Amino acid sequence: MGKIVALTGNDAAGTAMIQIRPDVVAAFPITPQTELMHKFAEAVADGDVDTEFVSVESEHSAMSAAIGASAAGARVMTATSANGFALMWEVVYIAASYRLPIVMTLVNRALSGPINIHCDHSDSMGGRDAGWIQIHSENSQEVYDNLIQGVKIAENRDVLLPVMVTSDGFILSHTLERMEILDNQGVQDFVGENHPQHTLLDVDHPVTFGPLDLPDYYFEHKRQQVLAMEQAKGAILEVGREFKKLSGRDYWLFEEYQMEGAERAIVALGSTAGTVKETVDALREKGEKVGLIKLRVFRPFPKEELIEALKGIKVLAVFDRSHSFGGFGGPLFSEIRSALYGSDLSLQVLNYIYGLGGRNISLKEIEWVYSDLKEVIETGKVRERINYLGVRG
Amino acid sequence: MALSLKELSQKRDLLSAGHRACAGCAGSTAIRQALLAADVPVVAGCSTGCMEVVTTIYPYTAWRVPFIHNAFENVAATISGVEAAYRALKRQGKIDREIKFIAFGGDGGTYDIGIQALSGAMERGHDMLYICYDNEAYMNTGIQRSGATPHGAATSTSPAGKKIPGKREFRKDLTSVVAAHDIPYVAQAVPSHWRDFMGKVQKALSVNGPSFINVLAPCPRGWRFKDKDSMEMARLAVETCFWPLYEVEKGTWKLTYKPKEKRPITDWIGRQGRFRHLMKEENKHVIDELQANVDYKWEQLLKRCEG
Repeated sequence: MGKIVALTGNDAAGTAMIQIRPDVVAAFPITPQTELMHKFAEAVADGDVDTEFVSVESEHSAMSAAIGASAAGARVMTATSANGFALMWEVVYIAASYRLPIVMTLVNRALSGPINIHCDHSDSMGGRDAGWIQIHSENSQEVYDNLIQGVKIAENRDVLLPVMVTSDGFILSHTLERMEILDNQGVQDFVGENHPQHTLLDVDHPVTFGPLDLPDYYFEHKRQQVLAMEQAKGAILEVGREFKKLSGRDYWLFEEYQMEGAERAIVALGSTAGTVKETVDALREKGEKVGLIKLRVFRPFPKEELIEALKGIKVLAVFDRSHSFGGFGGPLFSEIRSALYGSDLSLQVLNYIYGLGGRNISLKEIEWVYSDLKEVIETGKVRERINYLGVRG
Repeated sequence: MALSLKELSQKRDLLSAGHRACAGCAGSTAIRQALLAADVPVVAGCSTGCMEVVTTIYPYTAWRVPFIHNAFENVAATISGVEAAYRALKRQGKIDREIKFIAFGGDGGTYDIGIQALSGAMERGHDMLYICYDNEAYMNTGIQRSGATPHGAATSTSPAGKKIPGKREFRKDLTSVVAAHDIPYVAQAVPSHWRDFMGKVQKALSVNGPSFINVLAPCPRGWRFKDKDSMEMARLAVETCFWPLYEVEKGTWKLTYKPKEKRPITDWIGRQGRFRHLMKEENKHVIDELQANVDYKWEQLLKRCEG
């Protein structure tokens, strides 16, 4: 059924797109997303897909064209990074509010300035309130699997929201990894046909997309987006179950790693989770009660499930690969700490800002974090609530 | 379809009555004319601006054709996407109708903030018609100057002050800029010369590839004239050669109407409140500058049309 291959994150995403065979892809080049688009453009040039590939003049136009194509009833995909995503920002919101099931790979890269092409999550976190489902990936396999699932989640009649699948820039996008790809027909059957209800190309039943929406209706439309996001959780789980039947791989809202009997835990997004797993294994061998929660779905935020998973944890470290300047910690920290407030749990929550602009994070540093957490348990005191990991000064 | 008033009067308007455009708005007239001219089903888009705002206040819409508004600067990109979807779905046999695509944008959304998306769409060769309804300023947000505002005109952001008599710069010749993209069809038009404009729309829709029509849309509010005079303002813009009617078909420039006698620019600006300050003695030089620019552009156009 599956085939074992060695692919970079970008090739994995490109392969998923080729197998999904979207009707329209609109994209603009930006490092580190470029190779993903090269891969897809080659498939178009070779006639392996019959997608209309719109090589637009900016990311703003990439998302704008994606919106037009999706409203016309096409299955649409795109990909970008950092500044490209920032340039899209205006229309990223519009895509969600028009309830268009566009699927985008966001190859995470630090936002300028200063300009930097390496990984952090300032780009995806900048879009956290845009109304997109946000799914994070630990490795190339997950980038691939999440994109295939993303199409089905986005197009679910109870959801109809755009989906962003992240891939850590360079760390995943440019690193060759062993992974399994499904056969083309399997992917085609899994994603199925797109059956939009209202389209611009149905000229006998004209509809208006994007009218002026004033105070008498706008709020209700926003409320409907909230409901769609709430319903997305069920769709993500359902699609995950179906995908397991196809691939044998398990997908949930997050992954609990060595959480059984754990007293100290880290919550992390993306590729860093893989590094944390190594540390957890090493510490577990020494008998330390440590675990990891790898958050996969950041939007919709799985509040209840996280509270349930954190029962028994005494101290939690939240890893943020982006910052909210002037805010109380990073975005993931704020979200998790807020979710825990008012729950029955009374654990301490610390924040570790790390890896900005692609700064590497080491096994040693992660070990330090677990030892920090140990100190909190032993002393009952938190020295620093918001910590910066691996930075001078 | 022949462009006779008799036939047109029997055709159903595709932009319904009841929208909220100002009395005398020539932009909405131009859209009605463009939609009436189309012989095949069209899908329309409009950039943020007057026409989008007045035609689509939820839960109402004046558009009897499929319509999308996305944002201010991206109608060309949005319609690029719609057209790309059409090509993809047609190729797959999921759609067999012939459909044409029209993007409408005001001068702000076309000359200024939307020029990048417009240029990109034209370069990529999408089968679409872009119609700019040029009312020569950001009318929807309160009459601010744009790249299309004529020299000397007073707007909210280029007011006629004690030291500066209105807009200091000359307008951008966008039609020529678009023509430089070497697309199959480019034209300039006015709604007062409806047969000329609608014929151009038909021509534009008949080509395979991108086309562009810049249609002057006099605005009673922004230009400060009586709302019954919109068509007269359009006609005078043509007669003064401020807004020549021409087309560029596969690189060949052609006047589609030549005034018998070129009238002075004062015949046009003298009827508009936005130029009133220019009638003061100390500002007369601005009129001379404007006239000189009109003369220069007209001569340039005649040379182009002579080939």
